[in-house]
Amino acid sequence: MNKALNRRDFIKIMNATTTGVAIVASGITLTTFASVSETPVTNKKRWGLLIDTNKLTETDIDGMVNACQQEQGWGTEIRSTSSQKPGWIKKLKIKDKATNKVSNLALMCQHCEEPPCVDVCPTNASMKREDGIVLVDKHLCIGCRYCMMACPYDARSFVHETLNNQKEHMPRGKGTVEACTMCVHKVDKGETPACVESVNSEAVIFGNLYDESSQINQTLKIVQSSQIRADLNLNTGVRYSGI
Amino acid sequence: MSNIRFEQIEGKSLGFYILITGLGILILAALGSVYYVEHHGHFVTGMNNRIVWGMPHVFALFLIVAASGALNVASISSVFNKKLYKPLSRLSGLVALSLLAGGLMVLVLDLGRIDRLIVAMTEYNFKSIFAWNIILYNGFFVVVAIYLWMMFERRMNKFSHKVGLVAFSWRLILTTGTGSIFGFLVARQAYDAVIMAPMFIIMSFSFGLASFILILMASYKWTNRPLGNIIVNRLRNLLGVFVAAVMYFVAVYHLGNLYLAENTGIENFILFDGGIYTKLFWYGQIILGGIVPMVLIYHPITKGDRSMLGLSSVLIIIGGFIQLYVIIIGGQAYPMELFPGKEVLEGYGDIAQYLVSLPEVFLGIGGIALAIIIVTFLVKFLAFLPESLEDDLADLYYKR
Repeated sequence: MNKALNRRDFIKIMNATTTGVAIVASGITLTTFASVSETPVTNKKRWGLLIDTNKLTETDIDGMVNACQQEQGWGTEIRSTSSQKPGWIKKLKIKDKATNKVSNLALMCQHCEEPPCVDVCPTNASMKREDGIVLVDKHLCIGCRYCMMACPYDARSFVHETLNNQKEHMPRGKGTVEACTMCVHKVDKGETPACVESVNSEAVIFGNLYDESSQINQTLKIVQSSQIRADLNLNTGVRYSGI
Repeated sequence: MSNIRFEQIEGKSLGFYILITGLGILILAALGSVYYVEHHGHFVTGMNNRIVWGMPHVFALFLIVAASGALNVASISSVFNKKLYKPLSRLSGLVALSLLAGGLMVLVLDLGRIDRLIVAMTEYNFKSIFAWNIILYNGFFVVVAIYLWMMFERRMNKFSHKVGLVAFSWRLILTTGTGSIFGFLVARQAYDAVIMAPMFIIMSFSFGLASFILILMASYKWTNRPLGNIIVNRLRNLLGVFVAAVMYFVAVYHLGNLYLAENTGIENFILFDGGIYTKLFWYGQIILGGIVPMVLIYHPITKGDRSMLGLSSVLIIIGGFIQLYVIIIGGQAYPMELFPGKEVLEGYGDIAQYLVSLPEVFLGIGGIALAIIIVTFLVKFLAFLPESLEDDLADLYYKR
C-alpha cells in the first residue's frame, strides 16, 4: 500500500482539505460573529421613555425631531406632500381646556405592551420584541396600512415614494409602513436613542422600566406620570409627566 | 325547476361587443393606474398619512359588501325555500362572485407592495380581522362556486339547500368581518362600535340587491327576454325594506354615538359642521341614496314603473358609495381624541385633507368593470339566465 503520492492525488487531497477547512472555519466564524452581535432580547427588560413636559422646551423638541431624522434618515422625501411625508416624532402643543395651561411634548410610537398595530397586521409584519420595542418587519409588510388605521397615536407613516441613500441600519422602503424604533440599533449596543441624546437636560429619560435601579424606574415611582389614551389599557412604554 | 329553461345569451350583437370593449378599456385604464402608482409610489394619489385608506377602499368595500348581498336572492330561494326566486339563484351566485372579484382586485392592487401578495397568502396573523377577511373572501369563492355547481348539476340539486345554508351563513360572517374591520378600531371615534357589523350586513342586503336588479333588468332587456312584473315587484318590495333597514341602522348608530359624550365631536362633524362630509351625508347618503329611492319604490305614481325601479337602484348604489365615503374618508379625516379634556393647538388635531386623484378613481372603476365583464362573459358561456321570467311562469313557481 506504499503508494507514491503523485501530483494529481496531491492536488485532490489539498483541494479537499482546503474546502473542508474553509467550511469549518467559516462556520466557526459565522457562529462567533453571531454570538457577538446577537444580544438576547428577553422580556426581563422593558424599554421606555419618560418625557417631562415641564422641563421640555420647544427647542428640545425641535432637537429631538432633527436628531431622529438624522439618525434614521427620514424627512428627505422630495415628492411627497407635507401630509404624505413621514413623521416619526411630532411636536405637539396642547392646552388644558379648564386651566389654559399650555404644554409642549414630543409624540412618537408609544411602544404599547398591547399594541393595536400588532393585533391588526394581517402578515405579522407589525411586531413587538420581547423587550417591548414595537417594530415593522419591512420584508413582511404588504403596505395595507391597517396598522395606521389602528394606531391610537397617529404614530406610523407610509413611505409614499422611492428612497435613496438610506441608512445602513434602517432600510426603509416604498410602499411599507414605518415608525419610531426607539433606536433599537443603538439600544442593542447599549446606547441611548438619538432623540434622548439630543436633549441636554433630564426632560427625557430612557431606560429599562423593570430595572429598579434605573433612573426611569426610580423617577416614575416618585413623579406623577400619565400614558396617552390610558383608557385604552395599552400600557405604553412612553410615559409623560406634567400633562 | 324542471320546466325552467336556462340558456346562455347569444353574445354576438354589436352591443355585446361594444360593452365588452368598453369594459375592457376601463380595466386597462385601471391596470395602467396600478402601474403608475406602483412605479411612482402612493404620493401620486390623494392618500396620505392621515387618510391612509382612500377612494380605492370606497370602491373595494362597496363591491365586497354588495357581493355578499347579491347572494341573498339565491339564499332566499334555497334557505327559505321561496320558489319564486329559484330561477334567479344562478345569476345571484354569479353576480356575488363577480362583484367580489372586482372588489378584491381593487383592494389588492392598492397595497403598497403588491409584489408581496404571496406574503399575504402565506403569513397569517390570526388575531387580525384583516387576515380573517382574506380567508373569508377566498372561502366565499369556493363556497359559492360549489353552490353554483349544486344548482347547475341536476344530480346535485338535492344538495343545494344544504350548500345554500352554508353559503348564507358564510356571507353573513363575511360581512360581519368586513364591518368589524372598522368596528374594532378602538382608537377612532368614528368607528369603535359593534353596530358596524350588523350595519354592514344590512348595507350589503341593500347594495347587493340594487346591483342584482340592475344586472337582471339590463340582461333581460338587452337580450329581449321576457321579464314579468311578479318577480320585479317582489324584488322592488324587498329593496324598499332593505333601504329602510339601512336608514334605521344609520339612525341608531348616530343617535347612539350622540348619546356618548366622547363621540359628540365626530357626530357634530358628520351631521352638522363637517363641510363636504356633512353635505355628502345629508344630500348624498340620506336624501339621494335613501329617501328618494324609498319614495320611488313606494309612491303610487312611480311604484309600477320599471325605469323608476332602475333609477332607485342606481340611486341606492350612488348613495351606498357616498355612505362608504363618509364612513371611510370622513371617519379618518376627523382627528383622534389623543388628549381628552385638552385642546391640541399645534402638531395634530386638524381635519385631514383628502383630494381624490384620477388613478384612484380609475382603479375603482376598473373593479366595477371587472365585475360586469365577468357577468357578461359567463352568461354567454354558461346557462345562468332563464330563457323567460314572464309572469305566468313565475306565478306557477310562486304557487308551488
